[in-house]
Amino acid sequence: MDPAVTIAGLSKQFTLHVQGGVILPVLSGVALTVAPGECVALHGASGTGKSSLLRLVYGNYRCQAGSIVVRHRGESIDIATATPQKILELRRHTIGYVSQFLRVVPRVPAVEVVAEPGRAFGMSRLEAEHRAERLLSRLRIPERLWHLPPATFSGGEQQRINLARGFVVDFPVLLLDEPTAALDADNRRTVVSLIGEAKARGAAILGIFHDAEVREAVADRLIPMRGLSQAA
Amino acid sequence: MDGYNFAYLDEQTKRMIRRALLKAVAIPGYQVPFASREMPLPYGWGTGGIQVTASIIGADDVLKVIDQGADDTTNAVSIRRFFARTAGVRTTERTAEATIVQTRHRIPEAPLRDDQIIVYQVPMPEPLRWLEARETETRKMHALAEYGVMHVKLYEDVARHGRIATAYDYPVMVSGRYLMRPSPIPKFDNPKMDRSPMLQLFGAGREKRIYAVPPYTTVRSLDFEDHPFDIQRWDQRCALCDAGDSFLDEVIVDDRGGRIFVCSDSD
Amino acid sequence: MSSRPLLQVRGVTRRYGPRVGCREVSFELWPGEVLGVVGESGSGKTTLLKCLSAQLVPDAGAIVYDTRDDGPRDIFALSEPRRRLLARTDWGIVHQHPVEGLRMGVSAGANVGERLMAVGARHYGRIRGQALDWLGRVEIPRDRIDDLPRTFSGGMLQRLQIARNLVSRPRLVFMDEPTGSLDVSVQARLLDLLRGLVAELGLSVIVVTHDLAVARLLAHRLMVMRGGAVVEHGLTDQVLDDPQHPYTQLLVASILHP
Repeated sequence: MDPAVTIAGLSKQFTLHVQGGVILPVLSGVALTVAPGECVALHGASGTGKSSLLRLVYGNYRCQAGSIVVRHRGESIDIATATPQKILELRRHTIGYVSQFLRVVPRVPAVEVVAEPGRAFGMSRLEAEHRAERLLSRLRIPERLWHLPPATFSGGEQQRINLARGFVVDFPVLLLDEPTAALDADNRRTVVSLIGEAKARGAAILGIFHDAEVREAVADRLIPMRGLSQAA
Repeated sequence: MDGYNFAYLDEQTKRMIRRALLKAVAIPGYQVPFASREMPLPYGWGTGGIQVTASIIGADDVLKVIDQGADDTTNAVSIRRFFARTAGVRTTERTAEATIVQTRHRIPEAPLRDDQIIVYQVPMPEPLRWLEARETETRKMHALAEYGVMHVKLYEDVARHGRIATAYDYPVMVSGRYLMRPSPIPKFDNPKMDRSPMLQLFGAGREKRIYAVPPYTTVRSLDFEDHPFDIQRWDQRCALCDAGDSFLDEVIVDDRGGRIFVCSDSD
Repeated sequence: MSSRPLLQVRGVTRRYGPRVGCREVSFELWPGEVLGVVGESGSGKTTLLKCLSAQLVPDAGAIVYDTRDDGPRDIFALSEPRRRLLARTDWGIVHQHPVEGLRMGVSAGANVGERLMAVGARHYGRIRGQALDWLGRVEIPRDRIDDLPRTFSGGMLQRLQIARNLVSRPRLVFMDEPTGSLDVSVQARLLDLLRGLVAELGLSVIVVTHDLAVARLLAHRLMVMRGGAVVEHGLTDQVLDDPQHPYTQLLVASILHP
């Protein structure tokens, strides 16, 4: 089957103009593919560019060289050169991203935060909220919190809100950045089964899993990351 | 009277004002700027109307003057005397006898004919001024007929009073084109302006504007579909002449608050 | 998404004598898109906004708007009546200070109803009905409809200004520092309301702000301006999380995080 994500020759460096133009290389010549139904884990010490790679795929970072081709509604889109409009379209329909930290929107209740990607995808309000509520309860967010804004939630609760946001739409591509870092054992197991279900429906998953147990449970392949070089 | 030109104004000034009047008649409702002269009375006492009257009056004319809605007020008497002395014209209090009626606050109850001219004294000619302070902008609004916002004022009336409470100087559209202030006449008189045989001239001395409504021109009062234009009606009849269709003044007749209603136009 | 941009801006330049207001600005705005224009005071963002909304005539360049009836037209090639009509119906302008965008002497209801009356609405009951509906949508209690704006709080005034603009169902809204005059505590509520309305109505918005947090919450895309020129543009989160230009990096690095 054609890969859902194909990365080739990808290089990323930061030029810190505020610090006198210091150049900080992060990735160089990265190449990898993720097939539908497959979970690929980026593996390596911190500072090896794992999170940056996910952000590049999501279009959050710009790369200096290479391509990131994502299958989107039968088309191949290179994130590295796509227009902002195209990237936003991919984020609505194709790529889900669970970051480590929830960026909270003031005043918006948790259930709407979670339902929002569903609404953007095109679900009815009812369907999006129904799916949001199901995920919130699977992730053990007490019902009394559903209608409160998550700004004051604990770190673990915020991470679960973030997870629910990532899974509310059946995205063909999922990017997971340490999704279980702040979770207890029960919730880790829920995340493992959510990932399993996503794989079963054919999602291509690229993730960073710090927790060895979770990693072994979900990853089909490991890609070792060693600062600036990487063996495929 | 010796030492003064006929009807006080010099002939050059009259010609200038007549040119403005001709333009005003040609563009019904449009405010024509004119070089308003200093008159021997303060602004606000009818300097605009007097200049218009002075420019059109001839030796054979018969002048009626209404001020505060009546012929017998100080200012009306003064203006009549002014023209009697400077032009030697006959004056009257009878509408039917007059060839020129200069007025503030009323249109006579007796219908005017096509051989009569009514001259309105106008304090504030610009109907859009309350919502737009810039003259350049109000001129542009007139040029582009952007009059929709005028209804904001009527909206406020209905919202506050349950009906359009503006009772005088009620805005009108002239010939379907220009928005016009009819001067502070009661809205009771607005229908008399519509398709009337008389020529209607308006003079604003301080604001230096002249405008006109030619005979038989449509003059429509602004309104809402669900709050149509309507004039005041009284339960009373005139205590003096028993008229039932005129604009009535309330007059207190004794120290105990006794009151009667009488015709505002005593003719 | 529609197949062509709502607004095409090409090489827009505006000078004030020898001083440059904005220089060679080009971009496209698509239907439903929110574009943030960020930069410090004097960067030219307000000059640009005034040119785009036809309040200032640019010295050079073209601003092409996809009109409802005739498709893309250069706004400065339209006749003045058409351009003014466009600005009153198809566009909205939300000023930083609500007093600039409201009629302080008439009631909230009249403020909201004005645009309807300006395009010919003559049924009081229906105008009032729509005003009530819009007050509700911007979270102003309906029983305040006959109150004068001067009795409103800053946040309410700004919401009233938004209702007054949106009642004519514009497709393009210009906002100049919409939260700039508000206390922090009411900013969040306004931003949330704006986000909801923008998404619900499919509005295209150009929002000028110096507040990067506002830009992140509202805008899909950002243009960073400095000295009258655009120094960087791209997806909002990309510009803020991976700024390329030295000035953008400085701007992002200067934000205070509570």
